[in-house]
Amino acid sequence: MQFGIFTVGDVTTDPTNDVTPTEHQRIKNILTIAQKVEEVGMEVFALGEHHNPPFVPSSPTTMLGYIAAKTERLILSTATTLITTNDPVKIAEDYAMLQHVADGRVDLMMGRGNTGPVYPWFGKDIRDGIPLAIENYALLQRLWREDFVNWEGKFRTPLQGFQSTPRPLDGVAPFVWHGSIRSPEIAEQAAYYGDGFFANNIFWPKEHYMKLISYYRQRFEHYGHGKASEAIVGLGGQAFMAKNSQDAVKQFRPYFDNAPVYGHGPTMEDFTEQTPLTVGSPQQVIDRYASMREYYGDYQRQLFLMDHAGLPLKTVLEQLDILGEEVIPVLRKEFAKDRPANVPDGPTHEALVAKRDAALAASVAEPVEAEVSA
Amino acid sequence: MTTRKIAVITSGLSQPSSTRLLADRLADATARQLEVLGVDAEVTILELRDTAQDVVNNLMTGFPSPKLEKAIEAVTGADALIAVTPVFTTSYSGLFKSFIDVLDPQSLTDMPVLIGATGGSERHSLALDYAMRPLFTYLHAVVVPTSVYAASSDWGSTGDGVATALPDRIERAARELAKLAVDSDRSSRVVDPFALPAGFSPVGGYGAQ
Repeated sequence: MQFGIFTVGDVTTDPTNDVTPTEHQRIKNILTIAQKVEEVGMEVFALGEHHNPPFVPSSPTTMLGYIAAKTERLILSTATTLITTNDPVKIAEDYAMLQHVADGRVDLMMGRGNTGPVYPWFGKDIRDGIPLAIENYALLQRLWREDFVNWEGKFRTPLQGFQSTPRPLDGVAPFVWHGSIRSPEIAEQAAYYGDGFFANNIFWPKEHYMKLISYYRQRFEHYGHGKASEAIVGLGGQAFMAKNSQDAVKQFRPYFDNAPVYGHGPTMEDFTEQTPLTVGSPQQVIDRYASMREYYGDYQRQLFLMDHAGLPLKTVLEQLDILGEEVIPVLRKEFAKDRPANVPDGPTHEALVAKRDAALAASVAEPVEAEVSA
Repeated sequence: MTTRKIAVITSGLSQPSSTRLLADRLADATARQLEVLGVDAEVTILELRDTAQDVVNNLMTGFPSPKLEKAIEAVTGADALIAVTPVFTTSYSGLFKSFIDVLDPQSLTDMPVLIGATGGSERHSLALDYAMRPLFTYLHAVVVPTSVYAASSDWGSTGDGVATALPDRIERAARELAKLAVDSDRSSRVVDPFALPAGFSPVGGYGAQ
């Protein structure tokens, strides 16, 4: 089981003192937070990709490359790579490069963007959202797996004998998650390739994501990648903690009430009841998240959103301390309890290389055996 | 006897409201007309004011509260719909439109709909035809030809030679809705939320080459 932090990188005014960080401060804070994630013993840091203020992370590989140099074990992921509007050739090259720089500690999460105009900004049509995600990813797959690619598609210039460079580290492509809030097409795509499926799990009630994940698991099995219980599932989550639950509520309420997306809408009480947001003591967070496997099945990755809505850096770092010291060690034990042996661990580069080598060894061994028996 | 589910949405803001009064008359008349056709009516009346906060929250968060979800399911899973709004500033009320806005735009396709409106004077009766009717047409619903507008004065007058009396208009509209409701199988349909579009391929049109 992998735990980590994901961030959208919003520059938001702190509602308690009206202080707004500069872009520079926010970017530096994100880099500090990422290093803290490793320090407190979590495995993953994931960064969104956005091209509209107030979100700053438009260039994820730049930031993740820096974090790679500053950390030892942390897996660096995107929390969205826009498979719709980025050229798949550039994605193939950028992330293969990051794989080399980070010694394999890289994976990606494909998404389609958070705002309509991002399509026309990059010369695309929002009505092609799903077809773009499908076609671009089909090309990306081939660029990472075949040395020379001939390609003709609907959305980009054809390629003849094109080799993307550098080649993926150890000849193994980064692991890919597909994120979607409501499109069965994307769950189907993730299942088809045997890739991971990530449910953001933040803004909507769990019942919605339960249906989507269960669909993905069934289709994963249908496409022959293993049993439904062996599909690779990641979940988002959100928490704010204090030793005393009432202090957490009091401290977080102004941030909740003014947060982007849900601020000025439902009450914090309604929202915490209806979505996985948990505001309270560390024990409440443990209870809430330990129960997730009952709804989604045993899963591989749990990411938390901890640094949004104008929360100051100091508070975020304190929250990460609580998470790392008090919550995650207990959750690890809870998730390990009665976890069936066939449920895979969270994906790593080493595991993917080992899997590839095992498959190669098996395919070499088979014909030899056939010869002997003949 | 077979049963048809009739959902009624009414967006009057006061309690009691004349919009609700009209909604009740339309619902009763529809049930009566269905009975004539040998069909039982199961009527669910939804006062939108009861879910007003939930509707606004849904607009902002993108998901309905459990209470609103129940209301939405009652509407989209009905065999026929009666929709009644007060006319505010020449159109349907904001609450009415906000409720419509949180529905999946595909969810009223083929829905037989009877539209009604209330107002202080007869002057706004055309709001039914320039605002309400196009709204449901856009959603691919089937709106019955007769819509019912009730001005305050309609509750205390007989026909005036131009329009027939309110009860006659209600009866005629209800008859039209009942005929469509009898043939509607919407409430017994099973909807697959994960149905992929026809021809969908996980590798796209060119990816497999």
